Amino acid sequence: MSVLVYTESENGKFKKSAFEVASYAKAVADQLGSSVTAISFNTEDNESLGAFGVSKVLNVSDDKLATFNAQAYANSIAQAATKEGAQVIIVSSSTNSKFLAPILTAKLKAGYVPNVVAAPDSTAPFIVKRTVFSNKGFAHTEIATEVKIIGVSNNSFGLKENQTTASVEAFNADLGDGDFAVKSTEIDKVAGQVTIADAEIVVSGGRGLKGPENWGMIEELAGVLGAATACSKPVSDMGWRPHGEHVGQTGKPVASNLYIAIGISGAIQHLAGVSASKTKVVINSDPEAPFFKAADYGIVGDAFEVVPKLIEKLKEFKAQNA
Amino acid sequence: MKILVCISNVPDTTSKINFTEGDTKFDTNGVQFVINPNDEFGLTRAMWFKEKQGATVHIATVGEASVEPTMRKALAIGADEAIRVNALPTDGFFVAEQLAHIIKDGAYDLVIAGRESIDYNGGMVPGILATLLGMNFVNSCINLEVDGNTATAVREIDGGKETLQTTLPLIIGGQKGLVEESDLKIPNMRGIMMARKKTLTVVEPIEAVKATKDTKFDKPAAKGAVKLVDSVDELVNLLHNEAKVI
Ligand SMILES: Cc1cc2nc3c(=O)[nH]c(=O)nc-3n(C[C@H](O)[C@H](O)[C@H](O)COP(=O)(O)OP(=O)(O)OC[C@H]3O[C@@H](n4cnc5c(N)ncnc54)[C@H](O)[C@@H]3O)c2cc1C
Ligand SMILES: Nc1ncnc2c1ncn2[C@@H]1O[C@H](COP(=O)(O)O)[C@@H](O)[C@H]1O
Repeated sequence: MSVLVYTESENGKFKKSAFEVASYAKAVADQLGSSVTAISFNTEDNESLGAFGVSKVLNVSDDKLATFNAQAYANSIAQAATKEGAQVIIVSSSTNSKFLAPILTAKLKAGYVPNVVAAPDSTAPFIVKRTVFSNKGFAHTEIATEVKIIGVSNNSFGLKENQTTASVEAFNADLGDGDFAVKSTEIDKVAGQVTIADAEIVVSGGRGLKGPENWGMIEELAGVLGAATACSKPVSDMGWRPHGEHVGQTGKPVASNLYIAIGISGAIQHLAGVSASKTKVVINSDPEAPFFKAADYGIVGDAFEVVPKLIEKLKEFKAQNA
Repeated sequence: MKILVCISNVPDTTSKINFTEGDTKFDTNGVQFVINPNDEFGLTRAMWFKEKQGATVHIATVGEASVEPTMRKALAIGADEAIRVNALPTDGFFVAEQLAHIIKDGAYDLVIAGRESIDYNGGMVPGILATLLGMNFVNSCINLEVDGNTATAVREIDGGKETLQTTLPLIIGGQKGLVEESDLKIPNMRGIMMARKKTLTVVEPIEAVKATKDTKFDKPAAKGAVKLVDSVDELVNLLHNEAKVI
């Protein structure tokens, strides 16, 4: 019996979220008096998971799994869960995890709860706290099945160090042609760019920026902060920015440490998707903009004056604190 | 091609969220219900397949009689027939089992569901459904083309997109991008009149487990007032020393 955690990686290296889900898995294992086994695909630095309480790593090394494949990954995780007799399986909230978790759920006849923001309230009955209604509420949800799957919300639990020695074991699941019936033919991704899902800081622009030609300063601000760029829905609908940058209730969720909203009014649908961010800064020329009510810090002013000044100040600050 | 669009009935995006009965139930009082936005994109894409490729489009919803106005709206947009499974949809696994049963009987080639319902944000029905039925599955789908038995789907990935090749029968979890916002169909008078005459079949649920249950709800703690600052110097100082985020 153990807690199994799926630790995601990119180009052989664990993502930060892998350490967060491992930290979460350790908390669950402690509550259950059990231990944490991780499953990773084509990763190198497997021992590094030990720092977050993982005592065993099942490392899958398989060229066929070099690109993420939801079906094949889910089948591998399911087989690892069965081998380990896992009672609880932990995944992240990335697009890939949200793709494979329901497949895993059906395979294992498990109960799956996504968007979980805290360690279980209790383990008998097994109850977890999750966000519902796009961050407008929380539900305490009981999972009644023998196998339980938890999707941890990004940045909600944080990294908790828990020094353990991780043993690494090669693991290869039994996969068939059916697991590769959906084939990846092209990946279109800007290399080296910070993604909204992984970003600690997100800089977001709205219709107040007037047009796509004015995004230079948004990108520059994001560059200085090592942040991802995002936008409100009308901005992507008008084609000023790519669809993938649209955040909010019907776009991508944001749960960063810092969210900077520039020229965004703060409509209820926008706020619903970004309110999980810890600190929110609003720059808007209208003091009555609803976003100020949901923000921690605000500057009432013209973005075209404030943002360039902020970039200069941050450059100075970074130079001093480097 | 026979298409089923799974429609989830959700509170309008502007709804204030409240809980009732000792915070154990969502308070539907005064709440307007709509077609889940992700499903609206899927339904419009299905209409495109109907117009361009002669597809037949059915819709299905697991819900009590109160969901029928939302289903009629989907019929008014142009779906041909509707099926309602008469049960309260409180658990994603349960809903998927009900839909799987309908899909088995209906022999659908393509099932279009949404990436997630905007109420409980489960994001699990299409994936569970696909697995129960052994159908191919693409989630977070932002474009879909079908040519004979093959499908080309584009899905959103963190930081970009990925193109996938597969075959029918297929289930997708769709979202914005499947069609453009400006192409979303709004029912017109003729559509609304015709929708009244279209078949809406009600079936009773099959026996299925409920894997999860919400025991209690609460709301986020009220937020403190915003700190308005006059200069970027002050802002950077606060972000560094007070919020400790830079
Ligand atoms: C079903 C549905 C789903 C939706 N989902 C989403 C969603 O997921 N995400 C989302 O973002 N929206 C969503 N919306 C849209 C939402 O209702 C708002 O229309 C949208 O968020 C407004 O975008 P905005 O703030 O960029 O533009 P606006 O509301 O036009 O606001 C622009 C702001 O810029 C300010 N401004 C103007 N000039 C300047 C300047 N020079 N300097 C500084 N500030 C300036 C103005 O004061 C104003 O506050 C949804 C709507 C519906 C109906
Ligand atoms: N009660 C329901 N009836 C029909 N389809 C549903 C229902 N609930 C969810 N779905 C479908 O599954 C998708 C994802 O929903 P969910 O897993 O609830 O987030 C929705 O966009 C719908 O397409």
